[in-house]
Amino acid sequence: MKGVAFGQYYPAESPMHRLDPRAKVVMAILYIICTFLCKNLTGFLVLTLSAAFLVVISHIPLKLVLRSLKPILIIIAFTSIINIFMSRGEVLLTPESWRIKIYAEGLWNALFMVLRITVLIIGTGIFLTYTTTPIALTDALEYLLSPLKKLKVPVHDFAMMMTIALRFIPTLTEETEKIMNAQKARGADFTTGSLIKRVKALIPILVPLFVSAFNRAFDLASAMECRCYHGGEGRTRLNVLRYRTVDFLAMAAVVVFGVGLLLLNRYGFGYTLS
Amino acid sequence: MSDIYIHTKDLCFSYTDADGKIEHPALNGISVDIREGEYVAVLGHNGSGKSTFAKLLNLILEPTSGTLIIGGVELTGRELSDEEVLQLRKNVGMVFQNPDNQLVATIVEEDVAFGPENLGVPMPELRRRVDDSLSAVNMLDYAHHEPHRLSGGQKQRIAIAGVIAMMPKCIIFDESTAMLDPSGRREVLETIQMLNKQHGITVLNITHYMNEAAMADRIIVINDGKLLLDGTPDEIFTKRELLQSVGLEVPQCAALIHELRTAGIDVEGTCISNVESCAEIIAEYYAKTNLHREEQDV
Repeated sequence: MKGVAFGQYYPAESPMHRLDPRAKVVMAILYIICTFLCKNLTGFLVLTLSAAFLVVISHIPLKLVLRSLKPILIIIAFTSIINIFMSRGEVLLTPESWRIKIYAEGLWNALFMVLRITVLIIGTGIFLTYTTTPIALTDALEYLLSPLKKLKVPVHDFAMMMTIALRFIPTLTEETEKIMNAQKARGADFTTGSLIKRVKALIPILVPLFVSAFNRAFDLASAMECRCYHGGEGRTRLNVLRYRTVDFLAMAAVVVFGVGLLLLNRYGFGYTLS
Repeated sequence: MSDIYIHTKDLCFSYTDADGKIEHPALNGISVDIREGEYVAVLGHNGSGKSTFAKLLNLILEPTSGTLIIGGVELTGRELSDEEVLQLRKNVGMVFQNPDNQLVATIVEEDVAFGPENLGVPMPELRRRVDDSLSAVNMLDYAHHEPHRLSGGQKQRIAIAGVIAMMPKCIIFDESTAMLDPSGRREVLETIQMLNKQHGITVLNITHYMNEAAMADRIIVINDGKLLLDGTPDEIFTKRELLQSVGLEVPQCAALIHELRTAGIDVEGTCISNVESCAEIIAEYYAKTNLHREEQDV
C-alpha cells in the first residue's frame, strides 16, 4: 500500500534522474508532440527506438515499464480494432463467412496507433513519473506556471496544497490501516459478501478517517500560522531549482529529434499515413 | 534579575459558539510574569485552560479581556497589524502535541526551512540556519529523510528544529511529549533543557506530567482557568493535598522526601524528579548521620 502512495517513482542514479524537473516537464511536452509528428514506417521505427533509448538511459527495469502499459491495454486494443475496420483501401483479406473486409491500410493504421500510444505512455512516464519525485514535479510546475501569477492565478497556493497532500498521503494511509485493523478486531468483514455489502463495510472506515483528517487539517493550519506562513508573498526558498547546461542540451536534443522526424516524413520510406 | 519577557494581567478568554454567544470562560483572570531565559512548566489537568493560555501567548486566539505584554509590546486593547503578528510569532515559537500534524514538507530539511522561508530569510543565511537548527537537535544526519519514516521523538525534534530556525526568544511546548514513548519523551526533554540552558531561550512547557514539571525552574498550576499556584518545584510539591484536590499527583520521590521532612528527618536536596537523585539524597543523609553517630561514639 505504501508503494502506491508515492506514485511510480523509481529511485536510481541515472542521467535522466539528475535532470532539472522543469526541463523534464518541457521535454515531456515536446516528446508528446514528437509522437504525433510521425507519418511513415521509418518515422515510427525511429520513434520506437527512441523510447527504448529512454528506458535504457533512465535505468528503469523493462518489466516495470511494461507493467505501466497494462491499464491501457483495453484502450490500445479498442483503438486498433476500430482502426482495422474503419479504414478503406486495398483489400487484404475477405474471409468467406465474414461480412467485413480487412484492408492493408487498416492494419498499418492500427499498428501505428498502437506504437504511438505505447511510446506516448512510456515517454511521459520516463520523463515525469519514473525519474521525478512528485515533490520535484510540484516544484517544477510552480516555477513553470509562475507567469500565471500576473493573471492572479494562485499558483503558489496550489503548489502548497499539492505538497501538503503528498506529505499526508503516507500518514493517512497508515491511519486507514489502523482503523481497518481496529474494525476487523471488532468483527468487521471487508472481503466477503456482495459488492454493495462490501461498499457499506467501508463506511465505518471512512467516517473516522474523515474526522481525523479534519482534525489534522486544523492542527496543521495553526502550526503553519505559528511558523509565520502568510502565503507565497516574500517567501524565500531553501532549494532553488537551477538549470545546468546539460538541461538545455537535453531539451535541445528533443527538439532536434522532432525536426529529424519531420525530415523522415519527407525522405523516409515505408507505408505512409494519409 | 533579568527582564520580564511575558507579562499578563487579568487575562481572560471565553470560547464563543456559532452565534457569538459566550459559552464557557476558559481562562479567568490570569496574572503572571515570565522572565527572559526562565524555564517554566504550566501544569493543569485536562480542560484546565492551560492550552488556551498557550494559544493566547501566540495570538492564535485573541484575549477577551485583560492585558498581554510580550517583549515590551502591548498586544491587547488595539488592532494589531499583520507585521506585528508575524513579528510576535517569530519571537514566540510553538511546538504542538501531535508530531505528525505540524510537519509541512516531505523532506526534513525543507520542513525546518519552512519558518525562515516564510520570514523571507535569504539564501546563504537560510542554509546556515537550517543546518544549525538540525545539529542543535542532533538530527543533522536525517536532513534528507522523509519525516513519516522517523520515530515520534525524532519527528518532534524536527518540529523543534523548525521553530528554532526562526530564532525565537521563547518557545512554548504544548504537551509536546504527550504522544511519545518514554525514550522519545526523554529525547525531547533533553532538547528542551539544552535550549534553555545553552541558548538562553525562554521555555514554557505545558504538561500534565509531574516529573516533567519538576525539571523546570518554576511551576505554574492552572485550574478552572485560574492561577492556582506559582513557585519553584520544591514549593509546589509540598502542597500535596491541594494538588491532589485538583487532580494532580505529586511525583513519588518528591512525595517521599516531603513525608520524610514532615516526619522530622532533615534530608537535604531540591527538586527531586528521578529515583537516582532521590536515593542519593537519602544515602547522603544516612552517611552524614552515621558519621555523626560515629563521632559521638568516639
